[in-house]
Amino acid sequence: MPEEFKPGCQRPPVHKKKESVAPETQAVVEKPKEDMSMIKVGKPAPAFTAPAYHQGKFVNIDLEEYKGKWVLLCFYPGDFTFV
Amino acid sequence: MLSCSVDSVFVHKMWNDHEISKMVNKNVPFPMLSDGGGEIGKMYGIYDEEGGVETRGRFIIDPDGNVQGFEVLTPPVGRNIAETIRQIQAFQLVRESEGTKATPAGWKPGKQVLEPGPDLVGKVWDVWKVEEAFK
Repeated sequence: MPEEFKPGCQRPPVHKKKESVAPETQAVVEKPKEDMSMIKVGKPAPAFTAPAYHQGKFVNIDLEEYKGKWVLLCFYPGDFTFV
Repeated sequence: MLSCSVDSVFVHKMWNDHEISKMVNKNVPFPMLSDGGGEIGKMYGIYDEEGGVETRGRFIIDPDGNVQGFEVLTPPVGRNIAETIRQIQAFQLVRESEGTKATPAGWKPGKQVLEPGPDLVGKVWDVWKVEEAFK
């Protein structure tokens, strides 16, 4: 029987089963480090372009185009979550 | 205002159409960005590798493209919108003064601002009262 779970405020995670991990992956102990250092206040916001949904249309948004305006950039865990 | 999550633009449309528009009686007025894979979230340091989602990161970016402030919360706790707006108002005041003014703790529009300079050194106790921070 599939186990029921309670939905939280983010997508339920996938858990890899140990036996499904290929032997060569297990050998790799150190993961390549991703650049996840926190950004600094007073310093430039990282540039990006991203697809977006805006007022009935799918558009590409380039942060550069907002130069000259104040920008509030809000990340959140997912659509249809609760908070 | 830009919002961002790892959901696709198609899911953003469905969320707008079926839930958010019913909450606020109009469509979401700002672009809802899709960051599948969390590349933007990683650049901003708020991507949660384990959950595969972006945590509640909020960044105030000034007209020069510099980050003036940020806040990051875990998913179950929502943001305080009024506090975010207050901070933007404070950053705007400081910017308009070209750095000659500063907003003390608890500042809101209309309340006392400080003008840092040689004459104010050691004199804040005299011109600003702690109770102001809690009003």
